Amino acid sequence: MSESGTLAAKAKQDTVSLTGAEIVVRALKDQGVTHIFGYPGGAVLPIYDALFADNGITHVLVRHEQGATHAAEGYARSTGKPGVVLVTSGPGATNAVTGLTDALMDSIPLVVLTGQVATHLIGTDAFQEADTVGITRACTKHNWLVRDANDLSRTLHEAFQIATTGRPGPVVIDIPKDVQFKTGEYLTPDQIRHRTFKPKTEPETASVLRAVEMMAAAKRPIFYTGGGLINSGPQASAALRELAALTGFPVTSTLMGLGAFPASSPQWLGMLGMHGTYEANHAMHDCDLMVCLGARFDDRCTGRIDKFSPASKKIHLDIDASQINKVVRVDLGIVADAGKTIAEMVKLWKAKEKKPDAAALKDWWAQIDRWRARRSLAYEASDALIKPQYAIDRLYALTRGRDVYITTEVGQHQMWAAQRFKFEEPNRWMTSGGLGTMGYGLPAAVGVQMAHRDALVIDIAGEASVQMTMQEMSTAMQYNLPIKIFILNNEYMGMVRQWQQLLHGGRYSHSYSEALPDFVKMAEAFGCLGLRASKPSELDAKIMEMIDSPKPVLFDCRVDATENCYPMIPSGAAHNEMILSALSDASVSDEGKMLV
Amino acid sequence: MANERHTLTALVDNEAGVLARVVGLFSGRGYNIESLTVGEVDPAERTSRITVVTSGPPAVIEQIEAQLKRLVPVHAVTNWTFATDGVEREMALVKVAGADRTEAKQTAAKLGARVLDDRGQATVFELTDAPANIGSFIEAMRPLGLCDVSRTGVAAISRDPG
Repeated sequence: MSESGTLAAKAKQDTVSLTGAEIVVRALKDQGVTHIFGYPGGAVLPIYDALFADNGITHVLVRHEQGATHAAEGYARSTGKPGVVLVTSGPGATNAVTGLTDALMDSIPLVVLTGQVATHLIGTDAFQEADTVGITRACTKHNWLVRDANDLSRTLHEAFQIATTGRPGPVVIDIPKDVQFKTGEYLTPDQIRHRTFKPKTEPETASVLRAVEMMAAAKRPIFYTGGGLINSGPQASAALRELAALTGFPVTSTLMGLGAFPASSPQWLGMLGMHGTYEANHAMHDCDLMVCLGARFDDRCTGRIDKFSPASKKIHLDIDASQINKVVRVDLGIVADAGKTIAEMVKLWKAKEKKPDAAALKDWWAQIDRWRARRSLAYEASDALIKPQYAIDRLYALTRGRDVYITTEVGQHQMWAAQRFKFEEPNRWMTSGGLGTMGYGLPAAVGVQMAHRDALVIDIAGEASVQMTMQEMSTAMQYNLPIKIFILNNEYMGMVRQWQQLLHGGRYSHSYSEALPDFVKMAEAFGCLGLRASKPSELDAKIMEMIDSPKPVLFDCRVDATENCYPMIPSGAAHNEMILSALSDASVSDEGKMLV
Repeated sequence: MANERHTLTALVDNEAGVLARVVGLFSGRGYNIESLTVGEVDPAERTSRITVVTSGPPAVIEQIEAQLKRLVPVHAVTNWTFATDGVEREMALVKVAGADRTEAKQTAAKLGARVLDDRGQATVFELTDAPANIGSFIEAMRPLGLCDVSRTGVAAISRDPG
């Protein structure tokens, strides 16, 4: 009997009839789901009813559906499990779109269930009707409208498979209200196989061997690592550490890959890219072999593409075949899982008794040390004002020895955190990289803290970003989640202000917030602890008070309002054309100004 | 890099929204569609074949193929320049009006078109041919009273037995 025949026969024996809503809850439980982030509404009431009767799944009631998606992203990123979201039709679904797009850009596995109006009302402009599968088609890995309760369990199980395997990503299952009421047959996950979706995860040995040969021959090599290592799982980070130890090569990472390689290692160059370190970017530019592991040559990382690492051979490992040669032509593309492939590299390197070119590598490290000597993350200290860099450094120092998870919003504070907060382990750093979603960090912290109840979860925030999803403080209170919102408050949309200074003649068009809330009072209004620090001398004690509080904390850290984030590769410039500090002149080409 | 014209065919699950996914991929990523044809090819397996004629630099064509393969309901994608690897055909209905359509009928017969309808004040010709020949036929009819054209888009298949 064929595999599908066996499955069908087994399915027949084992099926049970349930309502659509019961099928949803049963499928979630069978998929190992323990937490859902959601918000009820008319078109999902039957599913909420099924959840009410059931106590095996913890539902987290957010204050806005965008918050549900980011919370689920934080949950997923910090646990390696898919994040699950349940929202209603119409505005419930459209509010989830930003989080879906964010998850698609950063390859975060989300399963988002949306209610839909009853099937006979679809297309009639019914109350709270939106074409959810149409709207979310471009911001999901895949999506479904389920019109028959008998298709529901199959679709749900396929959804989990698609969200979590291959390159992870968000999926949407749109479920009309009548389907939630109707009875259908339930199939368990082991009865389901998707017809076409079979991602390739095993590397070809010949390709890995060629990569190992190229590495052994390299004189100025670099490992350029990315978020794919985090998605692949902790074994990918472990394999990278072993490969780095064997080869002695320098390692840099994208924003998304921070933590895959320990920042305390002498082989660590810091983050690369627009606000990466001088040494990482120069090493990328001057290398003769670039080994890209689970990164995608994003424009924030490459800078000007026609001047990108001109003299190097390039190896690109990615689980998504469409990423190979998308932006940068490479000499060797490997489509496979990062962890499996790097482990295979380690195995072959040892089996073939490869040795790095020690003499060349010594010269290469000497050059890297000269770049490091430029101390590109240095800043001018102040006794009067809290420099944002100083605040991050103190936050880092005072949280040592604790179980720390960091989320961020988007902007200068995010870059300072990425530059200065040193991560030793994967899954500790949650940030919106691809989409750059202001408002990500606070709800993401909610999701992280739901999964890690005893950990110290800190959202390094800006005062502009945090106001976008501020209402989730209320969620944190409801579920006793002691998240710490550490706001670097400079009263400006800092990165916008910085660009206006450097590119637009200092015309600060609408980047200053003239009417900020009193964050301490606002914290108190939510029932949280509000703290404020305005002077460097009071910072440490206030940070300790924040850490020691059992409550959610909103920390208003008043920092130097006009500090810029350096180093910086201006738009349209190459890796070796960095601006090092505020004292340097920025010169941006007209072509560069057109880039974002 | 110079643009190349390629024919891509995707064997897809015949499920709701699959065409929108393919078309949305092209519009969302700024790829060009010169012709698009869809039809079910295996009702038992519920599969359809989507044939897209596109043009672009080789790197873009390669990227289109890779992006198509990423779509969940896509089983397989073939990419060829049909001149060497495959055969393609398109069908057109071409309407010519006028008191005397004798010359149009003579020209049409020479070019392999047949008369599909000739009852009223107009003649409808049908031509199945390579797309370039369809274009030539339309141009030939233009001075002879051409008033409307309907084209199916390209259906293509590879010569390869597999």
